[in-house]
Amino acid sequence: MTEKEIKKTSTQSPSVIPLKAKFRVTVIFFIVLAFYLFSSFKTESSITEFIDGIGNMGELFQKFFPPNLSLFQAIWPALADTIQMAIIATTAAGILCIPLSLLAANNVTTNKILYNIVRFLLNILRTIPDLVLAVIFVALFGIGALPGIIALVIFSLGLLAKLISETIEAIDMNPLEAMQASGANTIQTIYYAVVPQVLPQFTSFVLYVFEINIRASVVLGLVGAGGIGQILDQQIKFYEYPNAMGIIIIIFALVVIIEYISTKVREAIV
Amino acid sequence: MIEFKNVSLTYPNGTKGLKNVNLTINEGEFVVIVGLSGAGKSTLIRSINKLVTATEGELLVDNENILTHKGKRLRSLRTKVGMIFQNYNLVKRSNVFKNVLAGRLGHTGTLRSLFNLFSKEDRSLAYESLKRVNIEEKIYNRADELSGGQQQRVSIARVLTQKPKYILADEPVASLDPPTSHQVMTYLRKINQEDNITTVVNLHFIDMAMEYADRIIGMRAGEVVFDGPASEVSEKTFEEIYGRTIREGDLRGGTEA
Repeated sequence: MTEKEIKKTSTQSPSVIPLKAKFRVTVIFFIVLAFYLFSSFKTESSITEFIDGIGNMGELFQKFFPPNLSLFQAIWPALADTIQMAIIATTAAGILCIPLSLLAANNVTTNKILYNIVRFLLNILRTIPDLVLAVIFVALFGIGALPGIIALVIFSLGLLAKLISETIEAIDMNPLEAMQASGANTIQTIYYAVVPQVLPQFTSFVLYVFEINIRASVVLGLVGAGGIGQILDQQIKFYEYPNAMGIIIIIFALVVIIEYISTKVREAIV
Repeated sequence: MIEFKNVSLTYPNGTKGLKNVNLTINEGEFVVIVGLSGAGKSTLIRSINKLVTATEGELLVDNENILTHKGKRLRSLRTKVGMIFQNYNLVKRSNVFKNVLAGRLGHTGTLRSLFNLFSKEDRSLAYESLKRVNIEEKIYNRADELSGGQQQRVSIARVLTQKPKYILADEPVASLDPPTSHQVMTYLRKINQEDNITTVVNLHFIDMAMEYADRIIGMRAGEVVFDGPASEVSEKTFEEIYGRTIREGDLRGGTEA
């Protein structure tokens, strides 16, 4: 190297991000911005409208206060309904997801066709929102807890089977090989080598889905699928805002308590 | 008796695992298979209980060609052929006793095993097996609380509980330190002699092969290149099998525990 060349390289200070990448990121930024502006224009919703609405919000908020907490006694049966719906749905989904998640794990189900069919079905299950399921089942079975429960079972089944099948795919396969080599059949191999490995995560996921189901079953009540949500919907429709606020606060407290307990239990097992 | 008759094995990706292997392993023999990694030792041992399936030839176990075995017959073959693995292959979250009892699964009905209803004989057999490898005091410990050598002893107890006619051991000491390696080999040798269980062990340590084997089979590139009694084997033989001079890494060292 000549002296000139050495000088040249020593004064070069390359940028942290290559120019090409910088250019790409800038282009992506403007594309995203354009999408936002276009969507905002098309839906006629803008940030200024949001700010205008804040004034109304204060007004509406005043109507909600003071919340009527004295109706706890009156709404307790409906609240219990909500919890019971979540318990039934989670239990049913927890049992039904066992065969499904085994069939959707490629290390247990080595038959590619069967595995892909089950995966495909689970994907379809998960694409249907719980609210849509509830609307369909309310139309089928009429207003009440049953359509809500069925909607929750299907919704949580898709979720649980996905989470647990992925847990199964990550297990240590060595014990399975040992069981097979000792002449155990498929069911025995699963029960002795797969189950102990996924049991803690299984319990944790079921509790997690139970939390989700409590919240979801409140929302499902709004479309007539039973429980506390249905009462909340009525109170809002009758403009009984203090009652509605009382119910919201009670639901909030309930969800917080259940999540706290479930988190503690999950911490203890995993 | 295990007989290989012109057995070849080609993996789906085209790799030749075994090339025209002819062998007879007699009742009660303690055979050590040596060779470099990739020589086909594992493939040979795993073809005996059909964890891999030979693609050509005949493989007879007790005069039955096992290459066509499926379902129930395959399980009954595996029930009489126990296996020990390099990584012990225990269920780490289960306790030692449950791991050992798993050796009885091939002899236990599905429904009974789902409720842990092992017979009294099975449970005492499992406990006796634990005693034979001196690990009975860890009976209710979780498997992942044990050291490597202890886990390998539990896996020997699991095989004993299976009451097999043959034991296959695929690199049983590769993950262990020298004293523990000797301990594990001593147990395997002792079981072979006391119960007259035909034992086939893969090793790549030549000193251990010479110390414990009745008979040594040397493999290179999927072929059997040496077969003879351990007494006829010298370092020269190993150099021929390995196709290179002996290095320090080919020796385990240490003495019998």
